[in-house]
Amino acid sequence: MDKFDVAIVGAGPAGSTAAYLLAKAGLQVVVIERGKSAGDKNVSGGLIFSRIFNEVYPEFWEDAPVERAIRGHGLIFLGDGSSTTMDFRDDEALSPPYNAFSVLRSRLDPWMAQQAEDAGAMVIRGYTVDELLLEDGRVIGVRAGEDELPADVVVVAEGTRSQLLKKAGLRKEFDVKDVSLGIKEVIHLPEETINERFQCNSGEGMAYTTVGSTAGIGGGGFLYTNQDTLSVGVVVKISSMYESGLQPHEVLDVFKSHPTIARLIQGGDVVEYAAQTVHRGELHLIPQLYGSGYVVVGSAARLILNNVLTLRGMDLAVSSAASASQAILQAHEQGDYSAASLAAYQDHFQKSAVYQDMKTFKDTYSLLENPRLFEAYPNLVNDVLGDLFSVKTEPGKKVFPTLRKNMKGNVSMLEMVRDFYQIGRGLVL
Amino acid sequence: MSEQTMTLDARLGLDKYNIDEQNSHIAIDQSCCQVCEGKPCLTVCPAEVYRLVEEETVARYENCIECGTCQIACDDLGEGGIDWQPPEGGFGIRYRYG
Repeated sequence: MDKFDVAIVGAGPAGSTAAYLLAKAGLQVVVIERGKSAGDKNVSGGLIFSRIFNEVYPEFWEDAPVERAIRGHGLIFLGDGSSTTMDFRDDEALSPPYNAFSVLRSRLDPWMAQQAEDAGAMVIRGYTVDELLLEDGRVIGVRAGEDELPADVVVVAEGTRSQLLKKAGLRKEFDVKDVSLGIKEVIHLPEETINERFQCNSGEGMAYTTVGSTAGIGGGGFLYTNQDTLSVGVVVKISSMYESGLQPHEVLDVFKSHPTIARLIQGGDVVEYAAQTVHRGELHLIPQLYGSGYVVVGSAARLILNNVLTLRGMDLAVSSAASASQAILQAHEQGDYSAASLAAYQDHFQKSAVYQDMKTFKDTYSLLENPRLFEAYPNLVNDVLGDLFSVKTEPGKKVFPTLRKNMKGNVSMLEMVRDFYQIGRGLVL
Repeated sequence: MSEQTMTLDARLGLDKYNIDEQNSHIAIDQSCCQVCEGKPCLTVCPAEVYRLVEEETVARYENCIECGTCQIACDDLGEGGIDWQPPEGGFGIRYRYG
């Protein structure tokens, strides 16, 4: 047998999920991963959302290397030396099916690749796929070095850079305005210290997203608890970072040195420095998801959902791979891998909850273009609360005059009304 | 209050690589760089891979953490002088946490 039913590029969550589902259904599947081990090249914040994973990997939490079950989420507005936190905790998220888990990719990805292997897929590690093999506009396999691997269908799960699609002319050039850079450190702290600092028991954790303290650059920060490490980072627009003249690690330092963040990571040892590009996740940026002989899944298809409160990628990868697998199984049964046949992938995916979520939050992205959101408003929230909480020797004021006083010179009433309408459209209604 | 900030080199020193001593996975077309005014690669790369040495842009490819930023920034904000390809299989960054 020289020809595989399916060749999959990349053993991340998208590729390994497609491999697992298709091998389980009896197809001959090969996965080619450029890392020596799955996860070698991969970086996430990272949270996985449990219910989506559970649909493909029932009760994965019994077996998969998750760090902590996320008990609560927080949104922190970082002002100039001050901060305001919305801290939501729900113990219901601590029993099956849970809501989210923190993960480290070097542990999660090998587990997912192993599920695929156990289901019968062949996973080849340490090989870089150089190009998609094309014949009369049809993808007929992949080439890695001198080896050509023909397949009925190729699953492009190569991740955020999607070099192969670019080389094959199957996607548009990226616009720098549509891509952010995530810069992250993993910081070691004893498990008990994390438990105390975040008011959690072992195995339970918190996930914070932040706005502000990114040097005025569009984006935000995150801080997630792992078992005995914290994942700490910022995700900022590349174009705005370039305009600021700051280097990525300097933006991370601005974030880390905010007193509220500094206290949470105090005494920790940085054990890894990482970076990864993150797509904007707007619907209109999604490339053609299928064509004759191929489908595109996960980050390679720019499937990301950012609604300020959560930044999701891995569950979109799993969900898109599940939709693609369903279409490939149908195509396999009919012996028809034409674009028309694989179009079923798009139909399935558009019915999925993750795609519906992308649609629901489509107006959130314009918020990322609004510079006031990353500096003026986080400061305003904190300044107003600061005034309201502090008792001075001169008489205090009610909320509205306090707000007006702090808005002066920073944001006009008209801007605020417009911005709240924008926030409302993006997140509320 | 703030922790002592680490230098970038100290941070990169924490990361594990399997360096391809023979081949660079980054090719630079100097003719593009010479006319490039903004030189975004010099600031946007989180590993400071790109440096200006005697008016030539050089890539310290062994430090690359493979994020993809340079290619996007160079194509769109610069002159397209960077050709970044994934390192040969098994080479390059090996994240131990990710």
